Amino acid sequence: MKLNLKIWRQKNRDSKGKIATYTVKNISKDSSFLEMLDILNNDLLEKGEEPVAFDHDCREGICGMCSLYINGKAHGPDSRVTTCQLHMRKFNDGETIYIEPWRAKALPIIKDLVVDRTAFDRIQQAGGYISVNTSGNTQDANLTPIPKNDADKSFDAATCIGCAACVATCKNSSAMLFVSAKVSQYAMLPQGRVEAKERVINMVKQMDKEGFGNCSNTGACEIECPKGISLENIAKLNREYLSATLSTK
Amino acid sequence: MKKYYFYYTIGRKVLMALSGFFLMVFLLQHLAINLLSVISPNLFNEVSHFMGTNKLIQFILQPILISGLIFHLIMGAILDYKNRNSRNTNYSYNKNDNSTWVSRNMIITGTMVFLFICLHFYDFWIPEINTKFVNGDWSGLHHGEFKYFSELQHKFQDTWRVLLYSISFIFLSLHLLHGFQSSFQSVGIRNSSTTPLLKKLSIYYAILVPAGFVFIAIYHYIDQLII
Repeated sequence: MKLNLKIWRQKNRDSKGKIATYTVKNISKDSSFLEMLDILNNDLLEKGEEPVAFDHDCREGICGMCSLYINGKAHGPDSRVTTCQLHMRKFNDGETIYIEPWRAKALPIIKDLVVDRTAFDRIQQAGGYISVNTSGNTQDANLTPIPKNDADKSFDAATCIGCAACVATCKNSSAMLFVSAKVSQYAMLPQGRVEAKERVINMVKQMDKEGFGNCSNTGACEIECPKGISLENIAKLNREYLSATLSTK
Repeated sequence: MKKYYFYYTIGRKVLMALSGFFLMVFLLQHLAINLLSVISPNLFNEVSHFMGTNKLIQFILQPILISGLIFHLIMGAILDYKNRNSRNTNYSYNKNDNSTWVSRNMIITGTMVFLFICLHFYDFWIPEINTKFVNGDWSGLHHGEFKYFSELQHKFQDTWRVLLYSISFIFLSLHLLHGFQSSFQSVGIRNSSTTPLLKKLSIYYAILVPAGFVFIAIYHYIDQLII
């Protein structure tokens, strides 16, 4: 395959970026999107040019590191996959592909296609945990019986990999789907109920502090989420918030 | 507790939804009374007179309604301002095929509805307030007869006004198509069993209520053409 690539290039956080055009040849249909970018970077290095910076880690669709906006869609044209699991067979020979970083004020660009997602870490640190004694006396989690339905729903929410595709695709750059998944995964388990009130209030406070937008319920995040996190989690987050704030002075 | 609702994202959305629910209930009541003008002009006059002169409605419910409307407008503008500020650079290429136009453009449909409300106030509400509160005339009479039905008919003689009202109600319909179901989501009412029902209800409400108002305007326009 021969492809025309329109890639966002930006030197650093403060510089102004622009779209640069490249051509890559001899790309196998079976290679992954990131492998195609590796080939482009090899070409650039051979020519003595600066390679394109992009995030990646496990390349198995579970770490949440890859984060590209491809042809107007978060993680590209395939559904329920991360960029690393996207394959070139989804594109046509001779096609022009736009590759951009996530765009949100709360996720500033560090370089080219790499964005700073530490805002998500700070939201998680604000309450996305349970406080347990880990000094060697930790109880087995299975000692507390949990209804299967609750355990399944909690696990579904816990599959969020924090890739921020929800923020990238939302017209308001809202992080509600991410926060709702993190709140829901604990809210549905007895171990998580103990700190449920503080958790939801602190995580929402931090989300707002980071500068993410409001949720206007367009549903775009649910569609683009590579892990299929449901909008039901946002309703759950809203209920948790209402219940926590109404019982807090 | 106030700060959780006026300052933080989710609280603001909850307040937006509650004011939306309030306005949607008001719309139903407004439509029911207006439909009386088609069924029985006399009954329409009597109900309009009651609504226009009852002290509880005029001095308590009316200010609550106006406040709810202004709150919905201001909060909508604040939320939209924050949302626009949350992204500093737009994508060079964005497909936007993962959400509906109405869900992405509530501010546009909302602004059009607001402009319509200004026209509607100019047509009916401001003259009414002037008569009652400035001139002190609470009789509701004009040349010895109730004025409400004749005023309504007079306004809907004008082709442009009927056209403008009809177009405005299309915008209201678009606003409600997303707003109705979105309000339930904002207050946390959504799960696999309620969502399909709410989506259906949303479509019925968003089409039937504005269509009812358009029908009334067109009915009176045609009624007067025939005469």
